[in-house]
Amino acid sequence: MSLAEAHQLHNNELTFLDNPIDADATTDIIYMMCPMHLLTIEDQVKEIEPGQILAILTDYDGALEDIPDWCYKTGNEFLGIYEDDDHYKFYIKKHPDQKKDA
Amino acid sequence: MKKIYMDYVATNPLHPDVLDAMMPYFKEEYGNPLSLYPPGLNARKAIEGARESTAALINAKAKEIIFTSSGAESNNFAIKGIAYALQNKGTHIIVSKIEHHSVLNTARFLEKSGFAVTYLPVDENGLINPEDVKKAITNETILVSVIHASPEIGTIEPVAEIGKIVKEKGIMFHTDAVSTVGNIPVDVETINADLISFTAHQFYGPKGAGALYLKGGTRIVPLIYGGIQEGGRRAGTENVPAIVGMGKAAEIAKRNLQTRMDHVTPLRDKLINQALTVENVFLTGDRENRLPGHASFVVDFIEGEAMLLLLAGKGIYAASGSACSSKALKASPVLISIGIPSHRAQGSVVFTLGEETSQEDLEYFNESFPQIITRLREISPYAKGWEGTEDASCTAKK
Repeated sequence: MSLAEAHQLHNNELTFLDNPIDADATTDIIYMMCPMHLLTIEDQVKEIEPGQILAILTDYDGALEDIPDWCYKTGNEFLGIYEDDDHYKFYIKKHPDQKKDA
Repeated sequence: MKKIYMDYVATNPLHPDVLDAMMPYFKEEYGNPLSLYPPGLNARKAIEGARESTAALINAKAKEIIFTSSGAESNNFAIKGIAYALQNKGTHIIVSKIEHHSVLNTARFLEKSGFAVTYLPVDENGLINPEDVKKAITNETILVSVIHASPEIGTIEPVAEIGKIVKEKGIMFHTDAVSTVGNIPVDVETINADLISFTAHQFYGPKGAGALYLKGGTRIVPLIYGGIQEGGRRAGTENVPAIVGMGKAAEIAKRNLQTRMDHVTPLRDKLINQALTVENVFLTGDRENRLPGHASFVVDFIEGEAMLLLLAGKGIYAASGSACSSKALKASPVLISIGIPSHRAQGSVVFTLGEETSQEDLEYFNESFPQIITRLREISPYAKGWEGTEDASCTAKK
């Protein structure tokens, strides 16, 4: 599968949630722009246990593409996006095989 | 000729240990802190060390410190950053009338962008009444910003009390602590502030390094977008030597704070008591709640600028207050706010003392200052009093 196909596959799977999810950890990077969402996600996923859920709060539109892509590339599960009043909440479940700090 | 620096509120000399700490980062350690090879990593480590000691000076967490270029940048960042972050919640901001221009002009700028601003009055000593803050708060209020101490009149504001009122209402509280951090104890826990601006060159650090304390979990809109420096909140390649210098200066200030206060306070009191023995010289600002090394006066019938020139002629370097009076010959808004009419405000003069001020310096000053006043009054058109001026009322006190 080419990268373009992967993107396409991924975009088709972009899930918007009707309700927020209870997350194990939340990181608020509202008003921060690229590439803070990608750096933050990388740092914060290291801090949680495999199988735990991380919520990233951002108003950066580029995250709509980048965060699901990041999950796809790193093997973490992208659970979906909840659209709040003025920001998005992205939910990521750490891959069960990944150790803490990995 | 003797040279006596009495303008510590303008800036401080650099502490020799601070310069030593900075030097390697001008020379061999020139790496960009974002680079992942050793020179970059060394610079990164130095910045993070400086962040720790800068945070410790105000009892904050390292993560809560954002390095900036100056106190003015920190003030702009704090006020615009919070105003834009919270504009959907409300558009009302409260500041005092005696703020620094980096706060006042930012507030005026925001007024042009649709925000409403209340400018709080002060009493004749320059003190803000916390009750006035309480009364000014509306459902639309998103931010209160009050100066911790005025560099012009030395008055220390009751920020802890104001902070308590503001936080009880769930509103953001910012204080411009440029004149106080490193000079008197400043503790984020007791001040109740969400944001605190300060700068290194007010405590024997270098110019070009400032900081904004941003309480953990507070959202702010960046002033400068770009790279990921300072957690994406303040882009731009870091001024590594200046930041390292700020860290070192903070470490020394924390250690020597009490000694420094104990050194300048009696010298200040001696200066004030001596100056007030001269006829028609009045203290501005609060006598008790006052910066330890700060003495400011209004000298009637003569101009501050003339005093500064003659003082400089004797090797004594001081200030006349705000740039309004020294550059534009306008009366200082701070002095007007404490009820001093504009013709008297022209006679403003500010002396600020520091680590290097000695008893001998003060004796020389105490001898020179009255002579200069006498000489200028002899040639003053108002030598016989304020007759003919619009407002001759007197509010400053002995």
